[in-house]
Amino acid sequence: MSIIIDRRLNGKKKSTVNRQRFLRRYRGLVKEAVQNAVDQRSITDVESGSNITIPKKDLNEPVFHHGKGGHHGHVHPGNKEFNQGDRIARPPGGGGQGSGEGQASDSGEGADEFAFQINRDEFLEYLFDDLALPNLVRKELKDSTDYKLKRAGFTTAGSPDRLNVVRSLRAAHARRIALSGKDRKVIRTLKRELREMEVSPDEVDQQEIRRIREEINVLNKKLKRLPFIDDFDLRFNNMSKVPQPSSKAVMFCVMDVSGSMTREIKDMAKRFFLLLYLFLERNYEAVEVVFIRHHSEARECDENDFFYARETGGTVVSSALRLTDEIISERYSPNDWNIYIAQASDGDNWEADSSKCHDIILKKLLPVCQYYSYVEITDRHHQNLWHEYKSIEKEHPGHFAMQQIRSHADIYPTFRRLFEKKEASHAGS
Amino acid sequence: MPEAKSPVKKTAKKDRLLSKDSEWTFELLEVYDRELARLAEKYRLDTYPNQIEVISSEQMLDAYSSVGMPLMYNHWSYGKTFLSNQQNYMQGRMGLAYEIVINSNPCIAYLMEENSMPMQALVIAHACYGHNSFFKGNYLFRQWTDASAIIDYLLFAKSYIANCEEKHGITAVEEVLDACHALMNQGVNRYVRTTPLSAEQEKARSQEREEYIQRNLNDLWRTIPIKESEKEKKTRRFPKDPEENLLYFIEKNAPLLETWQREIIRIVRKVAQYFYPQRQTQVMNEGWATFWHYHLMHDMYDEGLITEGFIMEFLHSHSSVVFQPDFDDPRYSGINPYTLGFNIFRDIRRICENPTDEDREWFPELAGSDWLDAVHFAMENFKDEGFILQYLSPKVMRDMHLFSIDDNEINAYLEVDAIHNDSGYRQLRENLAAQYNLGNREPNIQVYNVDVRGDRSLTLRHYMHKGRPLDEGSSMEIIKHIHRLWGFDVKLESVDEENVIQHTHKLAKEQ
Repeated sequence: MSIIIDRRLNGKKKSTVNRQRFLRRYRGLVKEAVQNAVDQRSITDVESGSNITIPKKDLNEPVFHHGKGGHHGHVHPGNKEFNQGDRIARPPGGGGQGSGEGQASDSGEGADEFAFQINRDEFLEYLFDDLALPNLVRKELKDSTDYKLKRAGFTTAGSPDRLNVVRSLRAAHARRIALSGKDRKVIRTLKRELREMEVSPDEVDQQEIRRIREEINVLNKKLKRLPFIDDFDLRFNNMSKVPQPSSKAVMFCVMDVSGSMTREIKDMAKRFFLLLYLFLERNYEAVEVVFIRHHSEARECDENDFFYARETGGTVVSSALRLTDEIISERYSPNDWNIYIAQASDGDNWEADSSKCHDIILKKLLPVCQYYSYVEITDRHHQNLWHEYKSIEKEHPGHFAMQQIRSHADIYPTFRRLFEKKEASHAGS
Repeated sequence: MPEAKSPVKKTAKKDRLLSKDSEWTFELLEVYDRELARLAEKYRLDTYPNQIEVISSEQMLDAYSSVGMPLMYNHWSYGKTFLSNQQNYMQGRMGLAYEIVINSNPCIAYLMEENSMPMQALVIAHACYGHNSFFKGNYLFRQWTDASAIIDYLLFAKSYIANCEEKHGITAVEEVLDACHALMNQGVNRYVRTTPLSAEQEKARSQEREEYIQRNLNDLWRTIPIKESEKEKKTRRFPKDPEENLLYFIEKNAPLLETWQREIIRIVRKVAQYFYPQRQTQVMNEGWATFWHYHLMHDMYDEGLITEGFIMEFLHSHSSVVFQPDFDDPRYSGINPYTLGFNIFRDIRRICENPTDEDREWFPELAGSDWLDAVHFAMENFKDEGFILQYLSPKVMRDMHLFSIDDNEINAYLEVDAIHNDSGYRQLRENLAAQYNLGNREPNIQVYNVDVRGDRSLTLRHYMHKGRPLDEGSSMEIIKHIHRLWGFDVKLESVDEENVIQHTHKLAKEQ
């Protein structure tokens, strides 16, 4: 007779370990593929995983097999026109590569690449592998409404759903032992007496035996009357509310939108901001983004305007920095928020303004923000803004970083350089 | 609904129907299984007890990736299989197999919950009575596998390897496993199998051992060493006879391996040995199972247990299982073992029941005999190679339009050396049988020598079959793997039929 078993409720993820082994083994290749994939994403598309394609030849499992050549035969079905002795032209390349037919090259392509899915978390893990957020601080919110229940031992009072059965029964057991100790001792003595009487060769007093038996009986009944469990025994899990330190971050995207910023440059800046956003999101529970665009004056705007609206005018960077400072003091108290500022520009600035920028960053922004990163997207000579910033970087190496992006391909490496794990600074903090 | 007014041939028949719609339930599975078991018994299908497990498609994917076994040690290659299956399945490029069945006692068969009742019945007939009776009856399985022990062994293997990973690190274990997997096909014994020793033999052995020790002790007294002649030194090889089981040889003789590494080699070797009969009986096994699901389902229909719609759905699945694309079809990827096996088994029955003159000439002993005896005999006593050689009839060759191509590298063309006609039948049958001979299909590689007195280098020999060379790239990869296990130089010589070395693979010396 057969046994029929429903196994559908058993674990589905049996292959998880093997899958992880695979990813672990080909970490390098997967990472490379992820870095290529990141170029094809939009800033809002952070919710999905990704299709990963890695070259198949790197992951073959070799077994001994015959190569081309030698003498062998093969039987096929479906003969239509062949007769014994017919000669057929040998397909070039042994048939594997085909003769340039679409179908053959299709399968050829399939053999070169190995494609599979990774989920969002894995995607980001590979993307930000070995990167660290500088100066990450968990800021406790004073009027936080966020609590977490934490275990805090056991109490004798509580609601029934918190009843701890094991503890309660243990307490009951202890109570029963404690309360019955004296009686059990008496029973033991009586029993010993009784046994001695029974085995003694002398004449025994039957009445005495009966009396002892009676006494044992009474005592046993008394023991039985002890309650198995009492209110007094109940134990409850105790939970206490602990305020939850929640960490929040705000990211300021500052970008120059003056006429000199072409669509292409903006696009590169967008990629950079995307990476920063994803990265912050991984490290903080809540991330807010503030977009500030500026030409000769600065304005806060939404994402769409930030990247796509065009305006012309001069360039005054300090206006944006000043606005950033205002918004910070209005809405994002540094006590509650981790503040990150990312600025992208093509390096143009009104000549006399750069020193003002220097002052604002140094005096106002750096003291309150966690990290200030500046990327200059240009392949021309650096102008005075770069040189001013360079002096800031020298003074505050841990809090201020700048990099230059020349082309699309630079974006991710630049990002990595900005957020590389710095062993030395770790040791210092 | 007994009061349904649809015109049914016989009321008696209608009442016997096991189910009307195609939804399955656990009760129905039991009912169908009971009926199939009854019919199977009629045909003398002797099986291990069945353990039918209903699983979801995700679980099926999981089972797929670890060579179908319910538990298996962890290895990245299974993850790779899983990922590619998952991708193909999600993109609709691959359907899942209807069933997986495991040669164990009890015999475990998986049913997918997505299947309809007719499909479930088909799978039960196919796996639980077809494959199962094959596992129990075929001589290769009886000889080489121990169905009652495999699950326990895999459990042991899994935990042993997990322990090794904990102790020695995942990477170290992975290295050994990778190397072993590369040699898996060369890790089986093909010819002998030691049967478990009886108590008597055990006793005889221990006596022998004692004698041996005694002899060695005596040897201590003999202090004058005998000088070996130079010639003897040169000609004496180790092992004395070439060893076909590379993994066994390495496990027992590799100088530098640690105990846990040897045990891992042993595990892979055991698993390879367990699967070896399956690789040799694919056509027969699938043919047998298909033959029986076909018969059992038709019997159910004849007894009025299933509806017409049911048998239609069954026939649809059945015909897609035995579909054989022609060689010039884009879907063609070799001969479908289900088709070939099914056709041969069915033809055996036909020859027994309705022999033609041709059959009387070709199969004098089969024509007119009891077909059930005949198919059972065929199932029990052959592997694919012999089965085809023995039973492939001219009719099947004609029906499948088989033809044989001769590919010789010295010619610039391919030649059709046999087709399905009178002059070609025998040749065709031999060629097809040879094609299923694992010895021809896989390179024959053996341990030839170890330079015991010198640099301990290991020499493997590839005995070329009809001048076929080894694939260059993968062979070098594998030599690297062997080198890792052996610890000293490894070289691989390809020798032709006259024992002349044609080609030598050798690892370039690392600087």
